[in-house]
Amino acid sequence: MMIKLQAKDIDFGYSSNKILENVNFEIAPSKLVTIVGPNGSGKSTLIKCIDRILAPQGGSILIDRKDVTKMDRMDMARYLSYVPQSSVRIFPTNVFDTILMGRRPHIGWLGSERDESKVWEVMRLLDIEKLAMSNFSELSGGQQQKVLIARALVQEAEVMLLDEPTSNLDIWHQLDVMNIIRDVVKKKEITAIMALHDLNLASYYSDRIIMMKRGKIIAAGDPQSVITEENIAKVYRVEAAIRSLSDRPVIMPLRQIRGARA
Amino acid sequence: MTSFRALFFRGKPDAGHTRSRRSGKKSSHELAHERFKFLRIFFVLGIVALLVLLTGIIITLGPLNISVSDSYYALLGRFWPQHFYVDELTSRVVWNIRFPRILGGIMAGFGLGICGCVMQAVLKNPLASPFTLGITAGAQFGISVAAVVGFSFLAGPYFIIGNAFLCALLCSLFIIGLAAIKGATSENLVLAGIAVNYFFTAVSQLLKYFSTDEQLRLMTNWGMGDLAAFSWTNSQILLAVFIICIPLLMTKCWDLNIMTAGDETAKSIGVNAENTRIFIMVVSSLLVATIVSFMGTIAFVGLVAPHMARMVIGGDHRFLIPASGVLGALVLMSADAVGMNLIAPTIIPTGIMTSIVGVPFFMYLMMKGKRKEFWT
Repeated sequence: MMIKLQAKDIDFGYSSNKILENVNFEIAPSKLVTIVGPNGSGKSTLIKCIDRILAPQGGSILIDRKDVTKMDRMDMARYLSYVPQSSVRIFPTNVFDTILMGRRPHIGWLGSERDESKVWEVMRLLDIEKLAMSNFSELSGGQQQKVLIARALVQEAEVMLLDEPTSNLDIWHQLDVMNIIRDVVKKKEITAIMALHDLNLASYYSDRIIMMKRGKIIAAGDPQSVITEENIAKVYRVEAAIRSLSDRPVIMPLRQIRGARA
Repeated sequence: MTSFRALFFRGKPDAGHTRSRRSGKKSSHELAHERFKFLRIFFVLGIVALLVLLTGIIITLGPLNISVSDSYYALLGRFWPQHFYVDELTSRVVWNIRFPRILGGIMAGFGLGICGCVMQAVLKNPLASPFTLGITAGAQFGISVAAVVGFSFLAGPYFIIGNAFLCALLCSLFIIGLAAIKGATSENLVLAGIAVNYFFTAVSQLLKYFSTDEQLRLMTNWGMGDLAAFSWTNSQILLAVFIICIPLLMTKCWDLNIMTAGDETAKSIGVNAENTRIFIMVVSSLLVATIVSFMGTIAFVGLVAPHMARMVIGGDHRFLIPASGVLGALVLMSADAVGMNLIAPTIIPTGIMTSIVGVPFFMYLMMKGKRKEFWT
């Protein structure tokens, strides 16, 4: 199924402190989109507003021309899934049960064979079948991230939101997680929208990049048009050298730009 | 050396690890999971059987000699007198003296175990128990008002109990309401609970300060947590509350599973975390208030029964809720049996005995549980 996501005039803030101001964008189906920007630019907040984990004060999110901000939460969960940055478990839960949670929007009280086979199917896809009976809290950061992605996948939503999925991982696991996301976007024809800090990962993997600063979108488009020396200087206040590697821009930060805030 | 390595490390890849789709065979991981699911059900049925067995054994304890089979006959004979016959004396002792107290223990333990389990889940706090949110303080306040001021919402035999119940319930509803205004997060609930707890404790102590000796005795007698006052009428009221509340809690099993992963995750999977939290707190407060007003504070059971259950069967509330209830009943019933017979004819109050007997048992489980969290 092909679904288009539209965000219209998203506003969010805590009392006087505006975090998102009139954010507008449109995302074509089956794309991998990253949102980049400096700390406090509102990337994660935007992700959370799309999924109504934070309630946006204005604006609407349309999926397939349906407004998710007016939907019941359970209905919304069939369209949107979310992978948190990390997940702390207070009580021991095994990996299978953790992933099974994602079936909640589809499941009956007893749970069915179908729900369980979906979980096994996704675990095989991500190659984490052998972790099924392990305690989630005892897994490594990379394994935990895969389990959280698996949980979002069994939800069978067409849009997957991810909040900095690579932030605590070494470079091997960063590539591992990004490859998984790229593959599922292709295989399952879903859209992935993720907040990301690493500009090179964003540039290498994304179909589209949205660059934000102080709650506003500064640039959006394909990696070549967004990752430019001007944009980096304007948004991050960093002088950077940009080279091209297999048609993707690669960035090397050189020095901070001091003085008046850009 | 090479052959040794080949034998152990380069052997054929485990065929069981990849599922052969054509034959529909299950992989070794799936089989391990199937086994876990079976053991989970087996465990719940096992502790229910243990509960039935212990009931029969505990009935035999006391001045009149009754055999285990006689005790079951006496119980079943009430319902099918033509099939199960015992003599009149045994039947009366079992039915009117020994069984009501055991039943009280089972019901209180069951209710407290379940409430502890759901409250720990919604408050995301392993230290939460049915008494975290000031229910005891509320009930104690109600009793102090009845004893010292002489005011009660209900008259007659429920002069004191009715007050305890209503004040306990009002106190927790007040806390839940307070937290709901600020956003019903677990932090707000716990903070509001602790604050209100101190307030009602202070007012009770103020009343105690002005009370006469007789009033003071009335107040302290309640607080110990005792099954002695339990009667058949009480059990009917308790049963009615159970029949309403426990199914309501059971409908929220999946949401509880998800809520232990945090509010953010819960919302993203479609669970309205705050509404579910308020719902669970209101229903379990009703349950706990009823138990507390009849039996006083029996601490510890509600705290540890859910942990014991989790150590064995993991975090799925479809099994965890009933298992916590049954384990709570087992702990409370056994502790009370020890308290009744340890220095007979003196009876040690149930609330004291549960902690004395339960804590070492829990310590043992804790040490053992560290090595392995689940049956896998």
